[in-house]
Amino acid sequence: MKHTLSVLVENKPGVLTRVAGLFARRGFNIESLAVGLSEDPRLSRITIVIDGDEHPVDQVTKQLHKLINVLKIRDLDPENQVSAELLLVRVAGEGEKRTEVLQIAEIFNAKIVDVDRRQLTLRVVGTNEKLEALLELLQPLGVLEVVRTGTIALGRGRGG
Amino acid sequence: MTDKKMKGSHALVAALEHEGVEVMFGFPGGVAIPFYDALYDAKNLRHVLVRHEQGAAHAADGYARATGKVGVCGSTSGPGATNLVTGIATAYLDSSPLVAITWQVRSDLIGTDAFQEADITGITLPIVKHSYLVKSTEELPRIVHEAFHIASTGRPGPVVIDIPVDVALGEVAYRDCDTIDLPGYKPTSRGHVKQIRAAAKAINEAQRPVLYLGGGVVTSDAAAEVLRLAELRRLPVTTTLMGIGGFPETHELSMGMLGMHGTVAANYAVHECDLLIAVGARFDDRVTGKLKAFAPHARFIHIDVDPAEIGKNVVPLIPIVGQARQVIGAVCKELEAMEWSREQTQPWLARIAERKDEYPLHYERPKDGKLAPQFVVKEIDRVTGHDAVVCTDVGQHQMWATQYYTYTFPRQFISSGGLGTMGFGLPASIGASIGRPDKTVIDISGDGGFQMTMQELATAVNYDVPVVVAVLNNGYLGMVRQWQDLFWNKRYSFTCVEVQPDFKALAEAFGAVGMRVTEEDEVEPALRDAIASGRPAVIDFRTSPEENVFPMVPAGSEITEMIGGTSRKKGRKP
Ligand SMILES: Cc1ncc(C[n+]2csc(CCOP(=O)(O)OP(=O)(O)O)c2C)c(N)n1
Ligand SMILES: [Mg+2]
Repeated sequence: MKHTLSVLVENKPGVLTRVAGLFARRGFNIESLAVGLSEDPRLSRITIVIDGDEHPVDQVTKQLHKLINVLKIRDLDPENQVSAELLLVRVAGEGEKRTEVLQIAEIFNAKIVDVDRRQLTLRVVGTNEKLEALLELLQPLGVLEVVRTGTIALGRGRGG
Repeated sequence: MTDKKMKGSHALVAALEHEGVEVMFGFPGGVAIPFYDALYDAKNLRHVLVRHEQGAAHAADGYARATGKVGVCGSTSGPGATNLVTGIATAYLDSSPLVAITWQVRSDLIGTDAFQEADITGITLPIVKHSYLVKSTEELPRIVHEAFHIASTGRPGPVVIDIPVDVALGEVAYRDCDTIDLPGYKPTSRGHVKQIRAAAKAINEAQRPVLYLGGGVVTSDAAAEVLRLAELRRLPVTTTLMGIGGFPETHELSMGMLGMHGTVAANYAVHECDLLIAVGARFDDRVTGKLKAFAPHARFIHIDVDPAEIGKNVVPLIPIVGQARQVIGAVCKELEAMEWSREQTQPWLARIAERKDEYPLHYERPKDGKLAPQFVVKEIDRVTGHDAVVCTDVGQHQMWATQYYTYTFPRQFISSGGLGTMGFGLPASIGASIGRPDKTVIDISGDGGFQMTMQELATAVNYDVPVVVAVLNNGYLGMVRQWQDLFWNKRYSFTCVEVQPDFKALAEAFGAVGMRVTEEDEVEPALRDAIASGRPAVIDFRTSPEENVFPMVPAGSEITEMIGGTSRKKGRKP
């Protein structure tokens, strides 16, 4: 099962290296990692998605806790979180294909952010699953380039 | 104290003195000059000039292990700092409190591949508890204070402070710092009350309990509490290599060390026990052998200050996060209020006593007429009356040092357990001797390991540190040769040390006492003379080259599958 860890860290140089280094050293695979400032400018929030079947999540969080700059870790309940990821995708889109791409974009609420005669670039926000579904539909049309931010997530309600 | 304007270099000396540092081990260089200039006037901080930075780190580590205080080492940038790396890793794997101060190139040159620039905070990232790259002179006092706090609390470990030279030259309004700003660092020290009660209940009910002690007992100064616990419920005790000294081996409940070169009594007791109480131990592979078959009949209580150790290798029934001393003390309190009868564990203790009697550690006199290394260690034990601080290198001699010396107090045995660093012994013994001038300090070393850091003899002579180096000289990288002997068809590929210096002459060249011993009856007088000389001494004991360490559990086997470990009476297996 996938686990989304929300990790609150001090906003200091080298902290991300420590987190990433820990994953590398302990052999934990990161599926995605997104980092940015939190509500408090002294703190950053890192959202890390890992495959819980591959590594005991308990070990990952305990080891993370040992990093001096890590303040708080939440293993977000999948039923009780809001999450989103931003994706940019460049697809081939000439002739009939273009109409098809545009239709798909509309269904997925994707914005066309760049376009020329041969190709289109879509920008879409959604859950990891939604982005996967979009890519699957676009694949036969010719996906040229993809970039994703990685999931960011928060617990629902008052959090904690 | 009011603020006093001073240079960063002087502020560092002041901050170190404020932390109570009496001695540091280091080696200067270009960007370290401002600091060394300040050290020149230091009143309370003594500096020991080593001959190689690796020696500085090990000496600081040995000092820390012998005293329980934080050890401090320092180096210049680049090669000086990288020379510390092995020592930092050694301290990390054995959870030893160390502060390593590395000097760095000027802030504005960092990242330019400047002369003698090495990214030491990057290089040491996976082997430190924490590290700092200092950005301004202002934050230096706080960082020093935090570094000592981090190194010495919770599960101790090394902290690196990398300081660009301009920070030493800059000015600061210095004031002793006693505050820390570490919102993410709050090590648990007190165990959970409910868990402590559950542990006491389980111990009280056990028919076949075993107390399994690791280095955490030594680091958290829990030996007195552990002794109380063991005696309260008459728990047989085994220690890991790092736990040696955590329980007196002269005690009737002691079974000695467990694991790969553990005793028959200890390994079988663990195999048969119904309750294993692990204190400050981490179920390392050298201890457990085949993990799935480890203590198959037992429920586990796991007490450790590091939550990440709990559940890492085994899943305990009763996990307790906390300092060993506090937790064991609390468990004892609970037990004192409970009913219990000695009969409950009597059959178990009788079985263990029988095993101890029938399967003691033993060796035969070598047929080649050379010294038995075990005999030399036993003589060291006898001559020093179980009271010396013993440091070791890594290899066969290290294992014989665990087996044939009788340890009676914590911090008495100092050895690189986790990393297994050859070359650790001599510098560590120098640090230990400086920390414990009241004790005889013996470094039991191998001919291989000694050659890795033997230049520190000069340091010992320089500062009149009276360590006695007992080289168990078998002419081989013995432990590796033993594996080749047992598992690789005796193909001794590059384990014979074909050319050796004359250790006696070498010691004398350094200005130390040098001796060579080939006969049994010379062992004791040589040791007595070396100790009585009050000077650093090296004794080259010519031991039987192909002697092996037994019992031995081959890596990955169950801990009852021992090579050797036969009965002294009938030659039979348990
Ligand atoms: C720095 C380092 N290099 C290599 C090893 C691997 N190693 C472990 S024991 C050993 C042999 C040590 O030989 P010696 O110091 O003569 O001790 P002996 O085993 O003969 O007592 C070696 C090479 C090590 N532990 N540390
Ligand atoms: Mg040897």
